[in-house]
Amino acid sequence: MNMNYTAGELAFRDEVRAFLEEKLPADIAAKVNGFRRLSKEDHLRWQKILCKQGWYATHWPEEYGGVKWTPVQKHIWDEESCRYGAPRSIPFGVNMVAPVIIRFGNEEQKQKYLPRILSGEDWWCQGYSEPGAGSDLASLKTRAVREGDHYIVNGQKTWTTLGQYANMIFCLVRTNTEVKKQEGISFLLIDMNTPGITVRPIITLDGEHEVNEVFFQDVKVPVENLVGEEDKGWTYAKFLLTYERTGLAGIGMSKAALSHLKQLASRRMKNGKPLIEDPSFSQRIARVEIDLTAAAISNLRIIASVEGGGVPGAESSMLKVKGTEIRQSINDLARRAIGPYALPFLEEEMELDYDGEFLSDKDAAPLAAHYFNNRKLSIFGGSNEIQKNIVSKTILGL
Amino acid sequence: MDFRLNEEQQMLQDTVARLVRGEYSFEKRLAFSETDLGFSADFWKQLSELGLTAVPFSEELGGFGGGGVEVQSLMAELGRGLCLEPYLQSIVFGGGLIRQAGNDSQQQNWLAGIASGELKAAVGLQEPQSFYDLNNVETRAEKNGEGYVLNGRKAVVIGGHCADVIVVSARTSGDTRDADGISLFALSPDTAGIERRTYPTIDGAKGCDITLNDVQVDADALLGAEGEAADVIEYQAGRAIAALCAEAVGVMEMANELTLEYLKQRKQFGVPIGKFQVLQHRMVDMMSELEQARSMAILAASVADSEQGDERSRVLAGAKNVIGRAGQFISESGIQMHGGIGMTWEYNFAHYAKRLIAINHQLGDDDFHLERYASLLQAS
Ligand SMILES: Cc1cc2nc3c(=O)[nH]c(=O)nc-3n(C[C@H](O)[C@H](O)[C@H](O)COP(=O)(O)OP(=O)(O)OC[C@H]3O[C@@H](n4cnc5c(N)ncnc54)[C@H](O)[C@@H]3O)c2cc1C
Ligand SMILES: Cc1cc2nc3c(=O)[nH]c(=O)nc-3n(C[C@H](O)[C@H](O)[C@H](O)COP(=O)(O)OP(=O)(O)OC[C@H]3O[C@@H](n4cnc5c(N)ncnc54)[C@H](O)[C@@H]3O)c2cc1C
Repeated sequence: MNMNYTAGELAFRDEVRAFLEEKLPADIAAKVNGFRRLSKEDHLRWQKILCKQGWYATHWPEEYGGVKWTPVQKHIWDEESCRYGAPRSIPFGVNMVAPVIIRFGNEEQKQKYLPRILSGEDWWCQGYSEPGAGSDLASLKTRAVREGDHYIVNGQKTWTTLGQYANMIFCLVRTNTEVKKQEGISFLLIDMNTPGITVRPIITLDGEHEVNEVFFQDVKVPVENLVGEEDKGWTYAKFLLTYERTGLAGIGMSKAALSHLKQLASRRMKNGKPLIEDPSFSQRIARVEIDLTAAAISNLRIIASVEGGGVPGAESSMLKVKGTEIRQSINDLARRAIGPYALPFLEEEMELDYDGEFLSDKDAAPLAAHYFNNRKLSIFGGSNEIQKNIVSKTILGL
Repeated sequence: MDFRLNEEQQMLQDTVARLVRGEYSFEKRLAFSETDLGFSADFWKQLSELGLTAVPFSEELGGFGGGGVEVQSLMAELGRGLCLEPYLQSIVFGGGLIRQAGNDSQQQNWLAGIASGELKAAVGLQEPQSFYDLNNVETRAEKNGEGYVLNGRKAVVIGGHCADVIVVSARTSGDTRDADGISLFALSPDTAGIERRTYPTIDGAKGCDITLNDVQVDADALLGAEGEAADVIEYQAGRAIAALCAEAVGVMEMANELTLEYLKQRKQFGVPIGKFQVLQHRMVDMMSELEQARSMAILAASVADSEQGDERSRVLAGAKNVIGRAGQFISESGIQMHGGIGMTWEYNFAHYAKRLIAINHQLGDDDFHLERYASLLQAS
């Protein structure tokens, strides 16, 4: 048993910290730390800086421009970049479609798409969910019919995160209706500028435009945009989901959010004292900090178990559930900490360049909206109910 | 023992229910919310024409002489419709403060107008540092020749943006957290030195923060005895809590109905998702939380207009605590069981969910009322 970082890992952490201190733009960090909106430009600016450092594609082999980090190094990166307020990379290109292309795509696809992901030329979004296919993803209906050297795609995707910024979408489409539902799905790369594609915003309960509906009407997609084999898309989709799930526990983000909460609670007053000295509120904070400590160690145990290679199994489902619950509790406490000031919905104060007077605390405006927005954490990436189904089936044998 | 409404109370509830169903579709509500007023002037007028704005006032004022139960029946229906009108602020709370503290001429000045809906009152008791403690008052009122000069800041005054009279607390003596030395003033919002910063709220209503900058008022702006308002505030806040609890029950009823319907209608894996036992049990828990909340709202209504005392305070704190917890559970569970749809602006459920959380931030959240209850705990 040894729970300490090695000397090499410590040196790596110093290197990461030095990099973040020097290179992370202060305005971007301020937005992340204050739960404010990031623009497309913010994401791209940070991506450029990471690419220049060679640290953007942390899940890719070196030959394609990736960086050879051990699981512990990735963890250190995740933790430190959250701590400093670096934006989380939008995962759809670099961490989702790219690993699928690298593993299952052909040489032309790798040559074509990977460099464009690194350069930021392509912004990818994920076209999995449909109105009728959420948890039951395999029941998806968007149809792709082969005609000569094209597929003709008809159907609808939904909940497409940041689809309004994207020029590329990777889709699961039905290419065969004669077989078991999992066996008739293919993985298609689609240019969003193809005629017949319409993107419509979905406004979420906090007033944000973060997700979209994407409609496909007789959309012509060249067959060379098929990844791997026709009807084998479900295998690739599942491969991708294991990647998605590992990041979803959000331990680093919870740590950052907890630190934000403690600062907030030190500034807000109750009974003439800082809220953080209030017996009941400080106990609430303490409880979530203890839970987070435990989850962080569980996370490290999973990381250590895959040091030799491979991907984590269903334990990461358990951690997704815990991790999202913890983050949601922190958001709940932050909203509680501002008391009556959770009510005002001051969109102007959510912008970083707001230069008026703050109604109450400088960080108060986004807190209630952020709490509501993060209800999504237990819904997407496989809902928490679905994660528990996975655990009970694969670990418990029920 | 009989928990049923009497005939008159039932009629009242049916009247409001019909009005809300007819006038307050979800789409209309969204549109009302986006106006400058933030609610429907027309709906307010209808409440007035049907005598509903006068329910808690005495018969001389054209009222019903209604008590906690009447207000409860009405508020529950407003809750079901997520109505945005300032009934709680103007009729229940503002009107209540003026009725209890005001002298004859002040009552004459304001109450008939409030009861008829012609005038709207709002209540400014919270301050930036007060959290939910209404005895935490830094705003000062200094006596001078003509009356008083007020300086300070009032926080999150729901309905304050459109009020004709704002009842504010200010300290005429004592330190920030003393119960003694708090006075109430009825302010006309266009008095020099009053500045309002208006904003929408997270649940679709409107409110404002009010800065009082050397606001000169006449002596007859003072409501009740100087420095002795704490008891009046506590009593009337209690009535407002009971009314808010009743509203919350209406909101929860609708949230549960919508969720149950969704569980039956939404299919995944070839079956309605309501076939999954984990969702069934969660729905059952939502229902029993609602029943807990309903019981406490009934209890709160029954003491709302009774004599002040520890027992009344305990019941009201207990009710608001249960409402806060049940509301959050129903809000979060409902969103979760709706999946992505529960997160959207266009579908009504999310707005019920937001209102439930917002209610927990009005007149004290479940933590605040737990502490309050604990401080009043009887040894046996
Ligand atoms: C903000 C946000 C962003 C998203 N971004 C994307 C994106 O970029 N791309 C994309 O493809 N998708 C995206 N999604 C979609 C997301 O993956 C789905 O919302 C999720 O899979 C759940 O599907 P659903 O919303 O249809 O809910 P449903 O599947 O209808 O689920 C409703 C409820 O039923 C429960 N349930 C369903 N089946 C079972 C079962 N067998 N046992 C027990 N309970 C069950 C669920 O847990 C949930 O509580 C996003 C969603 C959100 C909210
Ligand atoms: C102290 C005590 C006194 C009792 N007295 C009497 C008595 O006087 N007369 C008498 O006839 N019996 C009596 N019982 C028996 C009692 O009624 C049974 O224990 C009870 O019905 C549960 O049955 P079981 O113990 O076989 O558990 P099981 O039925 O085997 O249940 C085991 C677990 O599975 C759960 N479970 C079972 N079915 C489902 C389902 N469909 N969905 C979800 N969960 C499920 C249960 O909730 C339980 O948690 C007594 C039991 C106890 C412990």
